[in-house]
Amino acid sequence: MAATDYRATDRAGGLARRIGAALKGADEDEGGRRARWTPGRVALLVVALALAVLWVVPLLWALATSAKPEAETATTPLHWLGSVVTFAAYRKVWEAGDIGQWMLNSLFVSVMVTLLTLALTATAAYGFARTEFKGKKVLYGLVMAGVMVPPQVLLIPLFEEMVSMHLVDTYWGVILPQLVAPAMVFIMVKFFQGLPRELEEAAFVDGAGRWRVFWTIIMPLSRPVLSAVGIFTFIGSWNNFLWPFLVLNDPKSMTLPVGLVTVQSSYGVMYAQVMAAAIIAGLPLLVIFVLFQRQIVRGVAHTGLAGQ
Amino acid sequence: MSATLTGTDAGSAPDPGSGADSAGRSRTSGRVRRGWTEHGLVFTAPFLLVYALFLVWPLLYGVRISFSDYNLAGINSKFIGLDNYTEAFKDPLVWQSLWHTVEFTLMSTPPLVVLGLAMALIAHQLRFVRWLWRLSYFAPFVLPSAVVAVIWTWIFEPGFGLIDGTFKSTIGWLTDSQYAMASVVLTTVWWTVGFNFLLYLAALQGIPAQLYEAAELDGAGPWKRLWKITIPMLKRTTGLVVVLQLIASLKIFDQIYMMTGGGPDNSTRPVLEYMYDVGFTGYRTGYASAVSYILFVLIVVVSLVQLRLGRNREEG
Repeated sequence: MAATDYRATDRAGGLARRIGAALKGADEDEGGRRARWTPGRVALLVVALALAVLWVVPLLWALATSAKPEAETATTPLHWLGSVVTFAAYRKVWEAGDIGQWMLNSLFVSVMVTLLTLALTATAAYGFARTEFKGKKVLYGLVMAGVMVPPQVLLIPLFEEMVSMHLVDTYWGVILPQLVAPAMVFIMVKFFQGLPRELEEAAFVDGAGRWRVFWTIIMPLSRPVLSAVGIFTFIGSWNNFLWPFLVLNDPKSMTLPVGLVTVQSSYGVMYAQVMAAAIIAGLPLLVIFVLFQRQIVRGVAHTGLAGQ
Repeated sequence: MSATLTGTDAGSAPDPGSGADSAGRSRTSGRVRRGWTEHGLVFTAPFLLVYALFLVWPLLYGVRISFSDYNLAGINSKFIGLDNYTEAFKDPLVWQSLWHTVEFTLMSTPPLVVLGLAMALIAHQLRFVRWLWRLSYFAPFVLPSAVVAVIWTWIFEPGFGLIDGTFKSTIGWLTDSQYAMASVVLTTVWWTVGFNFLLYLAALQGIPAQLYEAAELDGAGPWKRLWKITIPMLKRTTGLVVVLQLIASLKIFDQIYMMTGGGPDNSTRPVLEYMYDVGFTGYRTGYASAVSYILFVLIVVVSLVQLRLGRNREEG
C-alpha cells in the first residue's frame, strides 16, 4: 500500500508541475516574433514610460518628503530634496510608540485571517466539489448568494453581534467576520472540479480515506489556487480599514491602517513624519507584491480576484 | 475586503459537478462509491458555521434592526415597521449622499476603463519589459486605502503640496467643493486602474494571433485592426470591468472619509458615510440600517446584471 501511495503522490506532483507550467505560459508570451523599432513603437514606448513615471511620482514624492528635515517639507518654491537626507522622521515615528505594535497587530490579524480562510474555504470547497450529501445543492446555492452581500451592509448588525459576544477591542472581533469568503469557496470549487477524478479513485481503491486523499492528493495539487487565494486574502486583510476602525478603539490593539489614520490627525502638519508612517505601512505590501508578482498577476488574470 | 469573480467561468450557475458525479459513479466499484459520499458535511460544516454566524445571522438581524428605532445604547427599542424606510426615502440627505455615490461612479468609471485599456494595449503592443509596466501601473493597487489617502492628501495640500508647488497655484483641491470630488476621483484612478490594466492585458493575450495575421494580409492597418478586431474581441472583458467598477463605486467610503471627511459642506459624502455618520456617530442605528439595506438592494441589482452578463458570455 505504501508503494501505491508513493506512486499516487508522484503522479500528483507531476500534474501539479504541468498545471503550474501551463499557468506560467499564459502570462509569458514574450519572445516569439521580435518586433522592429518602428517610429510608432518608439512613440508607444515614450507614452508608456511617461505613464510609468506619472504613476511612480506620488510614491517618490512621499519618499522624498519623508527624508527631509521637518522644517523643509512645506516650502515655496517646491524642492524635491531637502538640504540633507535624513531618517529623523522615521526615528521620531518609531519612537513615538505605537507603530511597531500596530505592525505586529496587523501581522497577527492578517496571518490568522489568511490561514483560517484557507482552511475553511479549502475544506468547504472540497466538500461541495467532490462529496455527496443531503442538501448540498441548497447549501452551495446559499453560499454563492453570499457573494453578492457587501460586507459594508453588515456593519451595524455585526457590530451589535460583537458587542454581545464581548469581542469589541479584541483581535478575534476583527478576525472572525473576515473569515466569510464565499467568493474564495467558488474559486476553489471551480479548481477542484477541474482536477481529474482518477487520482482520487485510485486512492479510494487502495483503501485511503477522505482526509488522506484530501491531504496527500488534493492539497499538493492545489498549490496554485491556494497561493492565489492566500495572497489576496492577506492583502485584503492587511488593507482592511472600515471594520477594524469600528471594532478597535484602544490604540494598543489597532491595525496599521487604522493607526495611520488616527495619527495623521494628531500629527497635524508634520508631513515628514506622516509620510514616513505611510511608507512604513505601505512597504510590506510592496515587498509582497514584488515577491509574489507572478501569483498576483495570475490571480487577477485568471480568477479576477479583486480587493476593493 | 470583498472578492469579486471574473474570468472565463465567472457567473456560471452554481452547480457543483452533478453530471460528472453520476458518470463517475456508474463506472466505479462500491469502494470508490463510498469514497465519494463519505464525510460531505464534515468538510463543509466549519465554513457553514462561520458563514451562518457572521453573514446569514447579521443579515437577518440587520433587517430586524431596520424595522426598529434601535440605537447603539440599546435602550427603548421598539418595532416601528417600515417607518425608517419611508423616512429614508423622504430624507434629502439620503438622496444627496446617493447622488454623490452616483457622481463618483460616473466620474471615475470612464477614466478607469479607458485608461486601463490604453495601458494594456500599449504594454501588449510593446512586448518589452512587461514587468516594468506591471510594477509601476499595478503597484499602487496593493497599498492600503489609508496609505493612499495620506499620500494624496499631502499631494493636494494647498500651496505646498506637489500639485500646487509644481504649478505655483493655491487651489483647495480637497477643501473647495468645486474640486473635491474630482480630486478623490483622480486619487482613485491612480490607486485602482492597475487592476483593470491586468484584466485587459490577460484578455489581450487571449486573442488569437491568426486574426491579426489574416487582417494584415488583407491590408488592414494598425488602427483598423484595433477597431475591427481588438476592441470587439474585448467586449466581454469591458462589460465585466464596467460592472466590477460599478459595484466597487457604490461601496465607496475609505478614500472620501479619510481625504475630505465627506466635506466640504457634505459635498462629497457618499451614502456609506451617511450610514456611518447616522449609525455610529449619531447613534440612530435602526435608521442607519434601513439606509444600508437600500444600498444593498442597489448593489444586488448591479450584481444580478453581472451574473446575467456572465451567463450571456457562456452562451455566446
